[in-house]
Amino acid sequence: MSNPAPASALNGAAFTGYANIREIGPLGMITLRAAPDVAGLAAAITAATGCAIPQMRDIETAGDRRAAWMSPDEYLLIMPHADVPAALDAIAKALSGQHHLALDVSDARAVFAIDGMAQSVLAKLSPTDFAALGPKEMRRTRLAQVPAAFWVEGAPATVICFRSVAQYVFDLLSHAAKEGTQI
Amino acid sequence: MLTLTCPYCGIRACETELSPGYEAHLKRFGPTSTDEEFEVYMFARKNPKGVHFERWRHTYGCGKWFLAARCTATLEVFGTYPAQVSQPPADIIAAIIKKRPDWKGYA
Amino acid sequence: MSARLPVGGRLIDRNFPQRFTFNGRHMLGYSGDTLASALLANDQMLMGRSFKYHRPRGVVGSGAEEPNALLTIGTGPSTEPNQRATQTELFDGLTSRSQNHWPSLEFDIGILNNYAARLLPAGFYYKTFIHPRAAWKHVFEPIIRQSAGLGPAPQQRDGDVYEQAYAFCDVLVVGGGIAGLQAALSAATAGATVILLEQSPHWGGRAPVDGDVIDGNPAIDWINATVTALLAMPNATLRLRTGAVGVYDHGYILAAERLNDHAPSPDQPRQRLWRIRAGRTITAAGAIERGLSFAGNDIPGVMLASALRDYVVNYAVSAGDRTVIVTNNDDAYLTAIALHRAGLSVPAVIDARVDVTGDLPQQAGALGIRILAGRGVAKVKGSRRVTGVEVCLAAGEGTVLETIECDCIAMSGGHSPVVHLYSHCGGKVMWDEAASMFRPDTARPPTGADGAAMVLAAGASNGYLTAAEALPDAAAAGAKAAAEMGHKGQTAKTAKADARNDGAILPIWIMPQAASITARAKMWLDYQSDVKVSDVQLAAREGYESVEHTKRYTTLGMATDQGKLSNINGLAVLSQALHKDIPSVGTTTFRPPYTPVTFGTLAGEARGDIFQPLRRTPMHHLHEGQSAYFEPVGLWRRPYCFPRLGENHGQAVIREVKNTRTNVGLLDASTLGKIIVKGPDAGKFLDMLYTGVMSSLPIGKCRYGLMCNEQGFLSDDGVVARLSEDTFLCHTTSGGADRIHAWMEDWLQCEWWDWRVYTANVTEQYAQIAVVGPKARDVLQALGGMDVSKDALPFMGWSEGTLGGFPVRIYRISFSGELSYEIAVPAGHGAALWAALAQAGEGHGMMPYGTEALHVLRAEKGFIMIGDETDGTVIPQDLNLGWAISKKKPDYLGKRGQMRTYLASDTRWKLAGFETLDGSVVPDGAYIIADGVNANGQRNTQGRVTSTYFSPTLGRGIAMGLIAGGLTRLGDVVEFNTIAGGTVKARVIDPVFYDKEGAKQDV
Repeated sequence: MSNPAPASALNGAAFTGYANIREIGPLGMITLRAAPDVAGLAAAITAATGCAIPQMRDIETAGDRRAAWMSPDEYLLIMPHADVPAALDAIAKALSGQHHLALDVSDARAVFAIDGMAQSVLAKLSPTDFAALGPKEMRRTRLAQVPAAFWVEGAPATVICFRSVAQYVFDLLSHAAKEGTQI
Repeated sequence: MLTLTCPYCGIRACETELSPGYEAHLKRFGPTSTDEEFEVYMFARKNPKGVHFERWRHTYGCGKWFLAARCTATLEVFGTYPAQVSQPPADIIAAIIKKRPDWKGYA
Repeated sequence: MSARLPVGGRLIDRNFPQRFTFNGRHMLGYSGDTLASALLANDQMLMGRSFKYHRPRGVVGSGAEEPNALLTIGTGPSTEPNQRATQTELFDGLTSRSQNHWPSLEFDIGILNNYAARLLPAGFYYKTFIHPRAAWKHVFEPIIRQSAGLGPAPQQRDGDVYEQAYAFCDVLVVGGGIAGLQAALSAATAGATVILLEQSPHWGGRAPVDGDVIDGNPAIDWINATVTALLAMPNATLRLRTGAVGVYDHGYILAAERLNDHAPSPDQPRQRLWRIRAGRTITAAGAIERGLSFAGNDIPGVMLASALRDYVVNYAVSAGDRTVIVTNNDDAYLTAIALHRAGLSVPAVIDARVDVTGDLPQQAGALGIRILAGRGVAKVKGSRRVTGVEVCLAAGEGTVLETIECDCIAMSGGHSPVVHLYSHCGGKVMWDEAASMFRPDTARPPTGADGAAMVLAAGASNGYLTAAEALPDAAAAGAKAAAEMGHKGQTAKTAKADARNDGAILPIWIMPQAASITARAKMWLDYQSDVKVSDVQLAAREGYESVEHTKRYTTLGMATDQGKLSNINGLAVLSQALHKDIPSVGTTTFRPPYTPVTFGTLAGEARGDIFQPLRRTPMHHLHEGQSAYFEPVGLWRRPYCFPRLGENHGQAVIREVKNTRTNVGLLDASTLGKIIVKGPDAGKFLDMLYTGVMSSLPIGKCRYGLMCNEQGFLSDDGVVARLSEDTFLCHTTSGGADRIHAWMEDWLQCEWWDWRVYTANVTEQYAQIAVVGPKARDVLQALGGMDVSKDALPFMGWSEGTLGGFPVRIYRISFSGELSYEIAVPAGHGAALWAALAQAGEGHGMMPYGTEALHVLRAEKGFIMIGDETDGTVIPQDLNLGWAISKKKPDYLGKRGQMRTYLASDTRWKLAGFETLDGSVVPDGAYIIADGVNANGQRNTQGRVTSTYFSPTLGRGIAMGLIAGGLTRLGDVVEFNTIAGGTVKARVIDPVFYDKEGAKQDV
């Protein structure tokens, strides 16, 4: 067995309601910690994702790659799963000699897509003021009792949570998306 | 249930997105300290009725620790600020004095 | 009798009859009815029995204030007790039962309490059931529980589903009457985002019933137009059937929305809890009419005047043919007029005021209704239904002047603004002497995060009881709230209602004012908990001065209605008895919820499978396939053991331990915390965090470390691996990963923010599998791909590579004393690697083992476990772990704490091993007893057990524990107490029970 394919947490589970819930992925994810003014940061993020450095709370998109602001010294880079090693190499090169931390966290996460009235689903689970949500904001918050992050892009929304609670989050989203219960 | 604005990410966070960290601006005393100094560091807490400074962590958000100045009696929030300071910054002090002219200051 | 009128009823639709049952009897109502109106339409005035005396009780009100008509709705899994019939919407198929009676509502044995009422005064329980103590538990309490109570709790699990939702707005308006509509319109027109909540299914509140005229037309025209206007505004959200139940800090409001109570649907949420964050909240919740205290005021057929009006106008239901009105104010005349217009008889209005001059009394007089000014009620005649009323002078002692036959009495003692939501979060109320009511004190409002008033009252709940006053007040409140939130857009038109000239209310708290004790003992204040005027007066005579104490002593206002009808009347009676004025007696504290909320709604989605998050490892489903028995470890579920057919758990654990010691075992260690620490200052940082030295750890090696809190107490432990010059991987306990990561970040962010260190919690990135036992190397070699020999990968080393095709990092660390490889692999490969290892191990007798075998294996080796050997009061030195504490380091977290004299003392209980003389297992939690007893007569102790197991390897019980003197006590025989009450003897020995030299793990 060589280069086996990694399994997602729920094997692509899906639920149909007034909004549809799908587990997607596994997506490639890199957590990058570096000071915003460190030399080479923009080059590292662009090399890994094609995106500019995201501003506070934003998520930038370039095709199937994204770069999200996580905190003043942390970024989440998203890409196809197979591209992670090359991206890590590119980051290491761009930030060579600079204090930073870049790690593959692809397998630590589960990712869900909400097709349909995502805001109604998420408003049942998260203390998020959607009116205050920026157009390309990734909101880090909680869904019921666990930490999660999501961004809403037109109709579909994407939700990221930890892998161990993937079933819990899937069940939460399904409960909130049940046919006839939209807010 | 409080709302505090995280100074690092700008989210007006609900208390359920935060973790409390108790009194802010404690000075750490290590192995060379006297018993009295260590006692103050470990146990002596201001616990005022009125203006107070606290540590909070934006646990369900950016993960950063920040500090908040608020009134423990009315829950009025005077301001929040980053944790990398050993004293409340001037703008926070000014905001407090504006609302609580009789406040005796941070000691 | 009560009945349905042939015409009218603005809320019912006679085209849609609804069948329902009450105590098994089949009845018919109409769509739009409440259960109370439908019961009255079926001549069912009697709806329950009182809490203490089991007196027959009829419906009194028409809304949230109802104290009597509490019914159990539904059956089986949808049973819900104590529902107010006045707020329960009728639906086809509804089943209802009355409560607190036996054998039936009509014939109730408990009524005997009523005849003994003289013997059951205020504080009766406190006074009577003091001695003997045993009698309380075995005699009195069971009897009281049997005879006093509301509906029984449902026996079955709640079959309904619930949910919660969050909402945010500039201005929340509570109450969809005309004041609420006007406030919402004004705020929304100014540009604020507005949420408007109404607890009933209808907009407009009382105005259509009371005949208000707004902008020259019937109120309903303005109501409909305003609702239409609000619905068209994108910044306004309107919700019916949604009652705000509490106001909390910083503008946080809980509201319960009844989604399907009126149309049960098994799969849909029954209720939704709204968690609303509002910049400003306007409470436009109206006012509640008060009753009057006259003898027999609880006999079925005595009702609030406003409620009678509601039933006639809204539902075309007459509560009786002949209704006498008793009042101290003009508002009750609206009822007289409404009943008269409906063709019902109003023999008289008994008005306590001598001067009756207002517009409404004049209108009533013009209709030919007889007005008895300066009169009061001496007594209501009847027992299970009103049959008449005896009239007296209001100012006198109760001499009967005349008797009027009637079957219904409408009473009005004035109105109390609903100040609950204003008061929940600290807002104060003030006594308005002229209007005889508590109203919000705008000088002392509840304040929010910005220090400003966060709740504004409007309309009747602000004390402006008439439409003409309420509308401008509400418009001003709406505009003010919006402006304070930064919205100063357009100004909405303020509706104008026709004013009416009301005569002044006469505050009257007892009728007649000099009533006899016999009469006062029949004047009910709190219907639900059976508190009478005489009870409050008795409490005052016995020395109760505080209204809060009197409340608890008499139980006034402590029932499910929280005294909505009774509190003001009760405290007025108390103030008179104490010869004080009402403001100096004050009110009891208003607390959430305004109306009861079912537990299911508060729990929302958090029940069943999603009661709490359950963390699963990447191999969880494989363990389930092997019939693993799981145990909770924090929120994780870990296999406790893997029982085989015919095995109990104990047998499975023994087999798993023995097999791991002799062959090879497989453990899912994925829950172990894994934190990457990287940076130029990472070594320095870890030297502060751990008691030992980590900066000297060579790349490629592992080292065990202890973490303490600043008090010096042991907090967590684990193995640190140095991955590169500036990168370390810190393993934590399964429960400790998040806590320790937060602890690291705390020090890096708040104390040593100039240190160049980054951390990342990668616990979930990796599945971790321990291959443990003498044949462990054989299994790894069978998979192939990496050199796992002792030379290439020695004990306490690690290496990276590809094992059986999987990208892995292997740590040679052992928590069992055996040859052990802990293999970390990206979580997405966890299940596949587990399966591959299981297959590779088949020829070597490999078996998976669970957490209990893990515990036994580590206890046999004397390894400590955080949470077993530690409890937040134990320092590493107590556990003989001095070897893991650096003596050279000037500082580490906890060092100063450990220097305190009592932690450095020789007398502390320290770790030792124990073997029972008879080979048995010491009970969990057992203490080592010492001679003598302490000041409380309890046996002295000299230590306690911390871990105790049957050791399959040694074939006997082994234990670790803390004992005074620790290992200096080697060889001593001590006694542990047992659950049975005796003791078991054990010898103090070295806690390393197995392979003391550590030879087996280093092969």
